[in-house]
Amino acid sequence: MKNNLAPLIVLAVLAALPLLGLNSYVMHILILSIMWTLAGMAWNLLGGYCGQVSFGHAAFFGMGAYSAGLIHLHLGASPWWGFLASLPVVALVALGMGSVVLRLRGPYFVLATLAIGEVLRITCENLTDFTKGTLGIMITRTWVEKTQYYYIILGLAALAFIVCRVIVHSRWGYYFVAIREDQDAAESLGIDTTRYKTIALTVSAMLTGLAGAFYTNYMGYIDPGVVFSLGEISILIIMVVMVGGVATEWGPALGAGIMVILAEYIRSLPLIGVAYQTMFGVLLIVIIIYLPNGLVGDWPVLKRKLLRRGAPA
Amino acid sequence: MWVQAEVFLQTLVAGILLGGLYALIGIGMTLILGVMKIINLTHGQLMMVAMYIAFWLFTLFGIDPYVSLLIAPPLMFAFGMLIQKALVNPVLRVESILPHNQVILTVGIGLVLQNAATILFTSDYRSTPVDYASTAFYLSDLWQGTPVEISLSLPWTVSFLLSVVITVLLWFFLAHTDTGKSIRATAQDKDAAMIMGVNVGLMRVITFGLGSALVACAGCLFIPIYYLFPALGSQFTLIAFVITILGGLGSTLGAILGGLILGVFESMTATYVGMGWAPVGRFVIFVAALVFLPGGVASLLKTRKLSK
Repeated sequence: MKNNLAPLIVLAVLAALPLLGLNSYVMHILILSIMWTLAGMAWNLLGGYCGQVSFGHAAFFGMGAYSAGLIHLHLGASPWWGFLASLPVVALVALGMGSVVLRLRGPYFVLATLAIGEVLRITCENLTDFTKGTLGIMITRTWVEKTQYYYIILGLAALAFIVCRVIVHSRWGYYFVAIREDQDAAESLGIDTTRYKTIALTVSAMLTGLAGAFYTNYMGYIDPGVVFSLGEISILIIMVVMVGGVATEWGPALGAGIMVILAEYIRSLPLIGVAYQTMFGVLLIVIIIYLPNGLVGDWPVLKRKLLRRGAPA
Repeated sequence: MWVQAEVFLQTLVAGILLGGLYALIGIGMTLILGVMKIINLTHGQLMMVAMYIAFWLFTLFGIDPYVSLLIAPPLMFAFGMLIQKALVNPVLRVESILPHNQVILTVGIGLVLQNAATILFTSDYRSTPVDYASTAFYLSDLWQGTPVEISLSLPWTVSFLLSVVITVLLWFFLAHTDTGKSIRATAQDKDAAMIMGVNVGLMRVITFGLGSALVACAGCLFIPIYYLFPALGSQFTLIAFVITILGGLGSTLGAILGGLILGVFESMTATYVGMGWAPVGRFVIFVAALVFLPGGVASLLKTRKLSK
């Protein structure tokens, strides 16, 4: 029971926030943070727990976004159906990709994920009849107010949190960690490693696709350069998890909050504003060298260091 | 009939010329992969930096890009060693959950390089307008009655020949010098090499420098025939690892063949499918290699040798 208390309190606090009458910029930051938390939790399931680092989650994000955009463009349906439409599309691609790439070990998976994001972007840019190419897809947003969007993304993130928690504490979760720690040992214990890696990839991809579908509905405009972007989506998702904490429950949420606020802050600075990706790169390098398990993961180390520095007085 | 053959042959020639340059990019990547066991996802960005060096040398001092071959690669050699010593080595010592931290680190370095270039040089497309840019040889000049006409662009041909020379020099270095042999030993078996008295740490630093210098050579050879912008790096990182997979991880000969195959394939896709689709063709060949030939061309060469 105790374990369920903290998430419930956080959820209740977050649900009560809009009642404070926050201005729309603050709401925008909150919505983005929660959206990245959702994507980060999805990545963490595959990268953190199963140990399969993906550099191409923009592929799934973009597919989710384009599912929503395309059913609106071609079928005239509400882009909200994109949530449902994205699930089978993303799952099929993830299964296909997993069955090809996850049989192999080593750097193949990293390379393949990196490639698939780029290829989907290029395909989307070139299929001008189907996706409108680089023109992008514009939709009419349902609400002007942000509150409704806030509750929708909060609900999705809560769902993802539950899915991740259930999976991590189930048999699957233990298989994932076993695969991450030692694939040969896992296999010798009778774990079908390819199968469980593919499961992790598929679940992770579907959750990321939901974030993408939300993005279309919330932003009202998508184009291939944005939703399939390596730097702005794939790497940002990795950074959210790396900063917050790999293979931790609360890491993605913390990381997402920090990254979104940091991005907004750096972008508002004169001169170095355009350089925010440089700052991200520097931050990534610093985190990997000094806090390789993220703020949540290395919290005990961090606390010890801070206490020791405070102690001599 | 002859026209079609002409188009085909011209495409093939263009592909081989491109492939020679690709091979140079691939060799640098595969060397680092072999010794370090990590994928260097900032490889293309290093090439971009070298291209900017060559570009500014040309624009400010009028130094021909081919002369920069003597300037940019040594600079990049030092830069690569610095990256390895200051950034990658500390990460190798850090305990962490994820085994891929070094790879993520190279992505971070790439981000910094690319965006630093955007800030310093803006994202404008640039090129070096050398005066021999549009000079070409024609087959009909050599052979009057030739049924098919093929043209060879002068800078493309020079770049290709220079890349062959550099590859031969590299082969000589790896096969016949002590340092080269030590690098190969480290790639084969790090622990055994260490027991034999090879300074593995030093070899790693040298290898990263060497890989950077090789891709810098490729950059200098590319700049007279290509254009330059800061985001170009990520595209070439992708090309480099497709070549590496095609060739077989860590195999130098494989990287050469992989580069040629990719060059010809891309050139064919551009002619027969459409310019914009070349990157998709790249991915198709990548997936095909993963599914049917996960060991790359190098594994084919090996089985040939064994069966003989």
